[in-house]
Amino acid sequence: MIEVQDLWKSFGATRAVAGVSFAARDGQITGLLGPNGAGKTTTLRMLYTLMQPDRGHVRVDGFDAATAPMEVRRRLGVLPDARGLYKRLTARENIEYFARLHGMDAARARARCTALLESLEMQALGERRTEGFSQGERVKTAIARALVHEPRNVVLDEPANGLDVMATRSLRDVLRRLRGEGHCVLMSTHIMQEVAALCDRVVIIAHGRVVADGTPDALREQAQQQNLEEAFMKIITGAALEGTA
Amino acid sequence: MPDAPLPSAALARPQGLTPAWVVCAKECRESLRDRRVLLNALVLGPLLTPLLFLLLMRLVVGRELEKAEKPLPVVLVGAEYAPEFVAALEQQGLAPRPAVPDPEAAVRAQQIDLALRIGPRFGADFQAGRPAQVELIFDSTRQEVRGEVDRLESMIQGFSTRTGALRLLARGIAPSVAAPVLVAARDQATPQARGAALLGIVPYFLILTSLLGGMWLAIDSTAGERERQSLEPLLVNPVSRAQVLLGKMLATALFSLSSLVLGLLAFLAVGRLMPSDEPGLALTIGPRFLVQVLPVMLPLVLLIAIAQIWIASFARSFREAQTYLGLAQLVPLIPSVLMMVVPMHARLWMAAVPFFGQQVAILGLLRGEPASLAAVALGGGVTVLAAALVFGLTLRLYRSERVAIST
Repeated sequence: MIEVQDLWKSFGATRAVAGVSFAARDGQITGLLGPNGAGKTTTLRMLYTLMQPDRGHVRVDGFDAATAPMEVRRRLGVLPDARGLYKRLTARENIEYFARLHGMDAARARARCTALLESLEMQALGERRTEGFSQGERVKTAIARALVHEPRNVVLDEPANGLDVMATRSLRDVLRRLRGEGHCVLMSTHIMQEVAALCDRVVIIAHGRVVADGTPDALREQAQQQNLEEAFMKIITGAALEGTA
Repeated sequence: MPDAPLPSAALARPQGLTPAWVVCAKECRESLRDRRVLLNALVLGPLLTPLLFLLLMRLVVGRELEKAEKPLPVVLVGAEYAPEFVAALEQQGLAPRPAVPDPEAAVRAQQIDLALRIGPRFGADFQAGRPAQVELIFDSTRQEVRGEVDRLESMIQGFSTRTGALRLLARGIAPSVAAPVLVAARDQATPQARGAALLGIVPYFLILTSLLGGMWLAIDSTAGERERQSLEPLLVNPVSRAQVLLGKMLATALFSLSSLVLGLLAFLAVGRLMPSDEPGLALTIGPRFLVQVLPVMLPLVLLIAIAQIWIASFARSFREAQTYLGLAQLVPLIPSVLMMVVPMHARLWMAAVPFFGQQVAILGLLRGEPASLAAVALGGGVTVLAAALVFGLTLRLYRSERVAIST
C-alpha cells in the first residue's frame, strides 16, 4: 500500500509537483499517467526516498518516508528512471549485489536469484555479462534486481520504454503475476496501451497536479469518450485550460 | 501503522559494516575484470616509475664513470710551443686533436667541445719561471661539456702545482711554505645518505604509484556510476550513503595499496640492478625499508582514496573526472619541487602536513635514519583526520539530490 499526500516539489523557480495525492492499493496495478514533464518521475523519486518533498507525506505500508526511509526502502522494489547495470558483472552478479545490500547472506542471495531467474524465464542470461544485453534483457535484469528482496510494493518508472513487442508482453505477464500475488504495483507511463491492458486504476498527472483518478472505465465516462486515448487528451487539455484560467 | 508483515527475504537486516564490505567487494570484482584497470593499476603504475628510475640512474652514473676513465679529446692549438707540458697532460689521459684555424668560432658553432691554446711565448715564460699562459676555449652554457672542462682544468692545475713544488725545492724552500692553509674535507655523509641524494625522487614516485593505483576505480565507482545511470538504483537500497561511500573508499584504497606494494617490490628488484658503484641504493631499498615505509604511507593511501572519490564525484562523466584528477595529481608534486628549490631541514611540523610529511619521512628512511615514532604518529594522525574531513565533505555531496539524480 502506497499513500501519497499533498506532495510539493520545486526546482528553483520551476514547480515540478504541486499538491499530488493518490493511493496505490495492494493487489492492484495503478498507472501514473501523464505527458512528458508532468511530474511523474519527480513524484516517484520522492516516493522512493531519493528526493525530499518540500511539503507533504509519503507512506508505504504505513511507514513515513520522511521519518523511516530505510523501512520504506525495504518495502519497495524500484525500477527507477535510471536503470543502469554493471556491464562487467553477469546478470546474476548484478542481482545478487542488490540482494546482499538488502542484508541477505551469500547463500540466500544465490538461492533467491536462482528462483527469480527462473520465474522471469531468464536462466539463459544469468551467467552472461550484461554488456551487450538487448534493451529488453536489460530491463528484465533491472526488474529482477528490484524484486530480489520480495518487496510488497513495486514501483516502476516507464517500464515499457524502449521495449519491443515480445519484451513488452513478457513485462505485462510479470506485472500481472505480481498483482495476482497480492503486490501493490505502481507504474508511470505515457503509453496508453499499457494503461488499457494492465491498469486497475489510473491517476492522471498534468502540470504537477492530479487531474483525474479512477478506473479506466470511470475515466472514459468522466470524459464522455469511448477511446481511452481520447479521454486522456480531453482530461489533459481540460486541465491545461483550467490552469491558465 | 504498519499493517503488512514483511516477506521472509527482507527480514535479514544489514549488520554493522557488512554493506560497506559488500560494496567494496563488488567494486573490486568489477575492476579486476577490466583489462585497462589491471594494466594501469597493477602493472604499468607500479613498474613504470621504478623502471624509469633505473634507466635514469644507469644513464647518470654510467656516464660519469665512463667519462672519468675515457681519454679526454682536446683540440690543441700551438702544441709545438710546449711539448713537455703536452706530454705531461697526455700521461693523465689527454688525447690531443689536431689544431683548427679558428677555435673560438668552432666552439661557438659547436663543432668542437673545447680547445686548449698555447701561445708562442709559453716556452720562454716557462723557462724564465714566469707564469706561462694557456687559454681554455669552451662554452659554459653547454652542460654536457662541463665535466670535460673541469677535468682539463684539474689536469693543468695538477701540473702547475707539481712544477711549482719542484721549483721551490730547487731553490731550497719547502713547498709547504706556499700552502699556508690546507683544507681537508671530511664528508660525514653515510653511504646511504649519499645514495639518498640520488633517491630524492623516490618519495614522489611512491605517492604517484598510489595515486595511479586507485584512480581508475575512484572514477569508475563515482562519475562512472553516474554516467551509466546505476547510482540511482544503488541508492534506493536500504543502505546508508555513508556505507556506500565507505565501501567505495575501501575498494579504492585497496587498489592503491596493492599498486604501492607492487611498486615497492619493483623498487626492491631495481635496487639490485643498480650500478654497483652506488652502495647506498642496494642497502636502503631493502625489506626493512618496505616494512617501515608502509605505516607511513597507509594513512596517505586512505586520504588519496577519499580525495580522489571526492573530486571525481563532482564530475558527471568519466572523462570529466579524468581531467579533474589529472590536475589534482600535481598537488603532491608541490612539496617535492619546494624541497628541490628551497632545501630545508626536516622538522617535526613538516610531518603534520599531508603529502609533505610523508615525503620527508620517506626521505629520512632512504637516508638510513631511524624512523621517528613521533613524526610517524603525528603525520599519520593528521592525515587520517584530513581523510575523515574529506569523507564528511563527500558524504554531504552524496546526500544532496544533485549527485543522487543521474539525469
